Amino acid sequence: MKRMFFYIAIVFAFVASAPIKNGYEVGDTASDFALKNVDGKTVSLSDWKDAKGFIVIFDCNTCPYSKAYNERIIGLNKKYASLGFPVVAINANDASESSGDSFKEMVSYAKRKGYTFPYLIDETQAVAKAFGATNTPHVFVLNRAGNDLKVAYIGTIDDNARNASAVSKKYVEDAVDSLLTGKTVANTKTKAIGCGIKWKNS
Amino acid sequence: MKSFLTLQTNTNPESQIPLGLKMRITLIFGLLFLCQLSWSQGSELVKLDKLQQLIQGEKQQIQVVNFWATWCAPCLKELPLFEKLNGERKDVHIRLVSMDMDLDPDPEKVRKFVVRKKIQSEVLILNERNPNQWIDKVDKNWSGALPATLVINNKTGKRKFVEKELHEGDLEKLIAEVQ
Repeated sequence: MKRMFFYIAIVFAFVASAPIKNGYEVGDTASDFALKNVDGKTVSLSDWKDAKGFIVIFDCNTCPYSKAYNERIIGLNKKYASLGFPVVAINANDASESSGDSFKEMVSYAKRKGYTFPYLIDETQAVAKAFGATNTPHVFVLNRAGNDLKVAYIGTIDDNARNASAVSKKYVEDAVDSLLTGKTVANTKTKAIGCGIKWKNS
Repeated sequence: MKSFLTLQTNTNPESQIPLGLKMRITLIFGLLFLCQLSWSQGSELVKLDKLQQLIQGEKQQIQVVNFWATWCAPCLKELPLFEKLNGERKDVHIRLVSMDMDLDPDPEKVRKFVVRKKIQSEVLILNERNPNQWIDKVDKNWSGALPATLVINNKTGKRKFVEKELHEGDLEKLIAEVQ
């Protein structure tokens, strides 16, 4: 019994001393994941053998910002999938907090919008936490470096949520264009107003 | 037309009211009109600079700033907590800062919402574009997700920032932490 307490104390000390890390920073290596897609199949980033990188977007069905950006997200995949940077959308919202984000609703939303990219459910929210996603839509551009996927950009899609035709800075497109032409990404981190991810028991 | 005119001159009630009373009536109606005006025109549009001036200018009360929007479900869930505190504590100044204009250029929706929900706390509507340029000025730790709440005590210089939905008792705890 005493020994057990000792081990618990050691584990506790270890956990307590570990630095608190809130997701990825630019330059970090992203871990792969295995999440269920709206077609029922499990998807991992390693499924794309030839991808130069990814545009991972934490998104959802219900947030007005997600709705405002929906066409632009579809457009990103249309433009960049063939260039080696496909969009991978992930919904981490807890369906008990946001019923419109249930798997069933995701399936019909993807169908209605004609998604040509995976729309994955992060039921345990472990992937959103690993990435440090906070809101929707929240973009992480990953760039392949050997066997690793390095985080090259974190933030919002562009500088005008309200009006797609009045955008002056296309942050995600600029980042991917830079990666495609071997330049350094100028703007690696941006912020935007958005809906907070609906965490479990929060 | 003619009969209408004669009817009007014949039944003009004002001619029978003494001048003093007439002035008082005008004054009362005028005041009522002004009240109405300020009620419907509440929820002033502000720039971030102005908001920061307002928050930093008050030493006597603890400043609570809640960033919310009419479309944000968790924001509306926590709204009664701010309203309750606004009614209870004179040592706290609550400001509900709407972010609605980031998506919708028409502030009237917010004003109608405030009237419909009978919100008593001070409501301001942030009129800024390009959040990437100003979110860090509110707090470096803010991702931009709503709801978010800032609690500042200008006397002690202490501040707290949280980016999540608050529950019963959370606000009191945050206020105690900046005392």
